[in-house]
Amino acid sequence: MDAPLVSIRDVRKSFGSFHALSGVSLDVAAGDVLCIIGASGSGKTTLLRCINQLVELDSGAIWIDGELIGYRTHNDRLYPLGEKEIARQRLKTGMVFQRFNLFPHMTALENLMEGPVQVLRRDKAEATREARELLERVGLSGKAESFPADLSGGQQQRVAIARALAMRPKLMLFDEPTSALDPELVGEVLAVMKELAVSGMTMIVVTHELNFAREVADRVVFMDHGLIIEAGAAAQVLGSPREARTRAFLAAVLG
Amino acid sequence: MPSSSEPLRAVAELPDISRLRIVRRWHVGRWLAAAVILLLLALIARAFAQGQIEWAYVYRFFAVPAIVSGVVNTVIMSVLAMALGIVLGVLFAIMRMSDNPVLRGVALGYVWLFRGTPVILQLLLWFNLALVFPVIGVPGLFEARTVDVMTPFAAALLGLGINQGAYTSEVVRAGLISVDAGQYEAAQSIGMTRLRSLRRIILPQAMRVILPPIGNEFISMIKLTSLASVIQYAEVLHNAENIYYANSRVIELLLVAGLWYLIIVSVLTPFQMLLERRFARGAAKKR
Repeated sequence: MDAPLVSIRDVRKSFGSFHALSGVSLDVAAGDVLCIIGASGSGKTTLLRCINQLVELDSGAIWIDGELIGYRTHNDRLYPLGEKEIARQRLKTGMVFQRFNLFPHMTALENLMEGPVQVLRRDKAEATREARELLERVGLSGKAESFPADLSGGQQQRVAIARALAMRPKLMLFDEPTSALDPELVGEVLAVMKELAVSGMTMIVVTHELNFAREVADRVVFMDHGLIIEAGAAAQVLGSPREARTRAFLAAVLG
Repeated sequence: MPSSSEPLRAVAELPDISRLRIVRRWHVGRWLAAAVILLLLALIARAFAQGQIEWAYVYRFFAVPAIVSGVVNTVIMSVLAMALGIVLGVLFAIMRMSDNPVLRGVALGYVWLFRGTPVILQLLLWFNLALVFPVIGVPGLFEARTVDVMTPFAAALLGLGINQGAYTSEVVRAGLISVDAGQYEAAQSIGMTRLRSLRRIILPQAMRVILPPIGNEFISMIKLTSLASVIQYAEVLHNAENIYYANSRVIELLLVAGLWYLIIVSVLTPFQMLLERRFARGAAKKR
């Protein structure tokens, strides 16, 4: 196997006296789809936010694409990166949020073009063409000129996925992308994510959609109280979990 | 069981009211209030008409060159001082929300100092700066006598603009806080730095919250410029005063100035609506 795209080593993070992550290590190979499951408060969202540097680590290290994130090493010392360098490192990852977080003052098309034009300084005509292609890919070519307020939750989340893809990331992070949606809108978002997985994108998905995990994930990680309790092939973790806590969680979720 | 649209037969026969004429309600209260107000207005109008006001003077001095140039100076000062206030307000609001404790402290101190002292006192201090620093400048580059630099115009602009900045920074800060934290994160996730996300994502959304109070403050500023009359700035009230010092028509000229303030405010108010419409882009329409 090639060097993993993402390597996480002994990451710890506390918020006050609450230990969100108590030593998490994980590798994700390029092209893999990893689903992280677990109860709320288990640390899965914090882990995702650490990978995208929205949260600073207390200790431990994360490498993405061979690059240590957040620090520069020089003469056996770690120098914290400046804001611009961190912004540059974030370009490797795209993030999809639970609450979509589309820019409400821009149309769907403008949402997709904002990053490529303002941050990557791409040619505007080319960025427009690419943005329209992406909207078509998520099934929203007719909604280019719509504002987020005029789109359904499912449509907004698909625009948000396209917005992240417009930056051509190597890794896509999904933070409970369907939990803010009405039940009948979940399917259209999962379908887009499935297509993305099939196309070979590396994805880390924090989710409660066990069927999606079973169908799409290469690997599933179960987290509890800031620790990885069990990790393995989707069929194994979801089908015949080894750990008692995993079994208890699955039993509670599946009812 | 009868369908719900069918009236229940069990109830006694009801009278048919469909052919009866509806008598209009009398709204006694409204008529009474209108009568009282009209009476009061008439009394006030009569008092002014019989009072010692020469209306001919109001008419004659309404558009004399000194008054018109005063009106122009009032508008110029309002616009420039407000512009300075907005620039400073945005700057200090961003400093106030910075991670840097030094910048935060400076912003806090600025608001504390300029909001905590009367603006008329600030105007007098700026105008009399020469008493503290007879000469100002950068050593070796240029030097000037403070009395030459600190003209009534410069002192009024600095005094009003810097004072306005202290208030505006709080309005802008309220606007920045009102934008959802997820917007910062989304901007960061597409590789934006803090400043770029402020400029492209946060401020345009904050404008919706910022604009109505800024419009309010601008109207307030138009009238605040009259304070600059104490430091000899030739705005409309100052010029009106100069005229009545000569001809003793105090009330007539104060009325002239007052009418002009009303006109300026009335002309400038619609611009606020245009701006608000501009920044309502993408906001959910009320259906």
